[in-house]
Amino acid sequence: MYDFAYHKPTSIADAVKILAADPDAKPVSGGHTLLPALKHRLNQPSALVDLSGIAELRGIKREGDTIIIGAMTRHGEVATSDIIKSAIPALAHMASTIGDTQVRNRGTMGGSLANNDPAADYPAAAMALGAKFQTDRRTLAAEDFFQGMFTTALEPDELLIAIHFPVPKKAGYAKLKNPASRYSMCGVFVADGAAGIRVAVNGAGPGVFRQEAAEAALSANWSPEAVAGVKQDPDGLNSDIHGSAEYRAHLVTVMTKRAVLDAG
Amino acid sequence: MNAIAPFEGIGASVKRKEDLRFLSGRGRYTDDMNRPGQTHAVFLRSPHPHARIDAVDSAAARAMPGVVAIFTGADIKASGIGGLPCGWGVKNKDGTPMAEPAHPVLAHERVRHVGDPVAMVIAETRAQAKDAAEAIMVSYTPLGSVATVTAAVAPGATEVHEGVAANTSFDWHIGDKAITDAAFAGAAHTVSFDLVNNRLVPNAMEPRAAIGEFDPTNDEYTLYTTSQNPHVIRLLMGAFVLNIPESRLRVVAPDVGGGFGSKIFHYAEEAAVTWAAPRVKRPVKWTCDRTEAFISDAHGRDHVSHAELALDKDGKFLGLRVQTLANMGAYLSTFAPAVPTYLYATLLAGCYATPTIYAEVKGVFTNTVAVDAYRGAGRPEATFLIERLVDVAAKATGIDRIELRRRNFIPADAFPYQTPVALEYDSGDYQSTLDMALAASDWAGFEARRSAAAAKGKLRGIGISTYVEACGIAPSHVVGQLGARAGLYEVANIRVHPTGSITVFTGTHSHGQGHETTFAQLIADRMGVPMNQIDVVHGDTSRIPFGMGTYGSRSLAVGGSAMVKAMDKIVLKGRKIAAHLLEASLEDIEFEGGKFRVAGTDREKTLTEISLAAYVPHNYPIDELEPGLEETAFYDPKNFTYPAGAHVCEVEIDPATGQTEVIAFTAVDDVGRVINPMIVEGQVQGGVAQGIGQALLEHAVYDAEGQLLSGSLMDYTMPRADDLPNVAVSHHTTLCTHNPLGVKGCGEVGAIGSPPAVINAVVDALRDYDVTHINMPATPPKLWGIINAARPALAAE
Repeated sequence: MYDFAYHKPTSIADAVKILAADPDAKPVSGGHTLLPALKHRLNQPSALVDLSGIAELRGIKREGDTIIIGAMTRHGEVATSDIIKSAIPALAHMASTIGDTQVRNRGTMGGSLANNDPAADYPAAAMALGAKFQTDRRTLAAEDFFQGMFTTALEPDELLIAIHFPVPKKAGYAKLKNPASRYSMCGVFVADGAAGIRVAVNGAGPGVFRQEAAEAALSANWSPEAVAGVKQDPDGLNSDIHGSAEYRAHLVTVMTKRAVLDAG
Repeated sequence: MNAIAPFEGIGASVKRKEDLRFLSGRGRYTDDMNRPGQTHAVFLRSPHPHARIDAVDSAAARAMPGVVAIFTGADIKASGIGGLPCGWGVKNKDGTPMAEPAHPVLAHERVRHVGDPVAMVIAETRAQAKDAAEAIMVSYTPLGSVATVTAAVAPGATEVHEGVAANTSFDWHIGDKAITDAAFAGAAHTVSFDLVNNRLVPNAMEPRAAIGEFDPTNDEYTLYTTSQNPHVIRLLMGAFVLNIPESRLRVVAPDVGGGFGSKIFHYAEEAAVTWAAPRVKRPVKWTCDRTEAFISDAHGRDHVSHAELALDKDGKFLGLRVQTLANMGAYLSTFAPAVPTYLYATLLAGCYATPTIYAEVKGVFTNTVAVDAYRGAGRPEATFLIERLVDVAAKATGIDRIELRRRNFIPADAFPYQTPVALEYDSGDYQSTLDMALAASDWAGFEARRSAAAAKGKLRGIGISTYVEACGIAPSHVVGQLGARAGLYEVANIRVHPTGSITVFTGTHSHGQGHETTFAQLIADRMGVPMNQIDVVHGDTSRIPFGMGTYGSRSLAVGGSAMVKAMDKIVLKGRKIAAHLLEASLEDIEFEGGKFRVAGTDREKTLTEISLAAYVPHNYPIDELEPGLEETAFYDPKNFTYPAGAHVCEVEIDPATGQTEVIAFTAVDDVGRVINPMIVEGQVQGGVAQGIGQALLEHAVYDAEGQLLSGSLMDYTMPRADDLPNVAVSHHTTLCTHNPLGVKGCGEVGAIGSPPAVINAVVDALRDYDVTHINMPATPPKLWGIINAARPALAAE
């Protein structure tokens, strides 16, 4: 780990001010990606802006048909929240499958979404549910927020404040974990909600993507059988020692079926 | 001894004495130690699989804050010290010695694998050393490289070491080729298959660490290190690398957090920090990062083999032929040549009365991390080959796989049994362990479970492995003939203190095995002293007379036997003292339960009274006996020990994903006499976990050039608790006939017996597909590929 300055602001405005003044500063939330990168000397920020002191970034609330989750809300809180469990049980279930207990007690939803790791869970939920991303200066739709592998629409000094999830009629999630890292090899979130019927895939590609053939099939007939014949094109999917693109393409179909089963 | 004290002797599941320390964070590991004035070393390592070092420019690095010194391969070479020695030399078929190229402490002129150390940076802090290491400019010219044994022996392959033809360190064989070929010529059936034993990264929980220290007032060196065998390190490093007399070199291996073989070997970092200490005039400490461990700890396994079995019309085995290419990595690690030869091919008889066997093994250099002993060391590779081959033969001949094993087992009344590959098994009862395993696993009820699984859409399979292995490597005169460059006895010193408490000094080393408990039980059982008055000391060459350390499941069979010999001497001396005090003849003095008694009377002296008399010899046969009550024994085993057993694994495969779940695992092992059943069960459970890890999860994957793709726990799949079933462990005991305890060893049986049981179960689960063999690890995409190729319609559910 290289030396860096450390800031712990208590307001969003102060955090943004520090980030704006120092282009090499980085915000840190749960630190589950950034801290290992620092330890391996793969990243050399001038300063870390610790967001854990900003109370307004935390919390889960329901406003009408929308669940609003503060960016610093931890996976464990998402997994156990009565509000989320009753409104979007698939999202609580998804959070319960991230990492292990220790990871869930540190890692945050905002940190995960802003990092946009292709193998992270939440982007698929955000994309399928048609979530809105509230930052310190604007609101972005999920399809505009995610910009491919480890890339989002966030400016370097822009902070994600909260994520707004419209409550769906139903939703489900299924994934196959990478046996080593336990990140997603292929996860599929299906939802029938405000944005229509959506199927979003994580883990399999270089970033979250929607499976439009499956969406069409489910729009015609919401059932596991309806998506059994959906063929994902392996072209462009990830391929590594844990599985070929063809294997992941196959998993898209299998996990879509299972997600529909999970949704009921 | 208190009459109501709980039984602590042989056979009691006493809780481990050491666990309070370990579980409450009070263990003392090498990295917990900090010596006054210590500096921190970091090793700059090669990013190339194979390259020429054109220049090392460390000028800028030397000027960095906190830097104390920077040493390169050129500095090491200029100091005139030796390279890292290989402790076992094997001979080629023609009797010539193996090719044994130099293994410099720091690479000089050439790097031969990713991770090969190029420079050592010593600084005030570890962070400063890392900063400086990044500032060293090394100019490399990349050279061609080979990562696999098949590529390395191919014509025209790049030479890892110049002049070592076909990258072959040795071309070795065992058995009679002509007789074996003749057996095949006349056989009713022959079967063959090709197999790979996957390369593994040991990943002990505690990474390696070392502190080198030099005291100029008496010219004494001390090395604190994560070792399974501190005396061996003292011998190898002192005599062969640094030319330090053993009298002036102390090696301390304190608490060590797991070894699995990977901490047997003498590593470059140990020598480097010890060498550097007098040069920087301060202690030098190095602690390995986990990522660094992946490219600097010796790896395990990595065999590519072809196996053939000849059978008569009734399924009796007539002969076995094996060809194996064993990956040595870039250099010969300490015991590397022994693993695929005398610890592998000598086990190819397995549990079977195969009359003739011929095996050829080439040890092959590649541009990868060195490969050496890893839990089981050669025996898992042999067992995987045999136990898969038997299943392959069963399928080919149509003979039931259990029946085929039974027809070929060495009968219980045939011991001692001389195999055609050098070993003489002393005892065993393979039919009985098999019977127990079949009953415990409800083998007979499997087909109903398979049908039930099929109704859920799962493919259920059951597999068995009946294995034998060799532990307690020995005797010294035999292993010496086979190429060992050390003896393989063990040493115990037992000190009865004046007031009757006991300290045992053992040359073995505990790094998870629970020796402090097992050995104390052994002493308590014989000496009648409560365990809380018995302390076991290991891991410090300044406290223990000598020793060969812990590996190959030898600690109890060899180290425990040395304790028995030492206790024999203690008891004899105690009887002499008692005879004097009780005015009786020596022949009439019995010792039992901590008391020396005149036979047939109630006249007795406690061990405490005798020890007090020995140290306060006021009334003492001083003309005949020296004072004191302390004895040392060296025990050289008469033979290996031969644990054996039957492992049954039951799996379910999800055909949609290829994922395998291990539903049940049954281990019935014959480890000889059991001192502490709880500890033995723990050893078997842990070994099976590693075996399941090898079979389904773990794989050190190199690309064709020699970059390690599975170079961290993000990509190298260590088994986790939720990957594993609850392993049902039981025992069928036949005693070892040649050591005084009747023990055989339990540390490796789990890792040896389990992998073929798992793969046999996976292959069985896929019995409706055209599968003869699946190489480890049986990963989801591999199995899905088989299923999908055969039945694309089914694979999508």
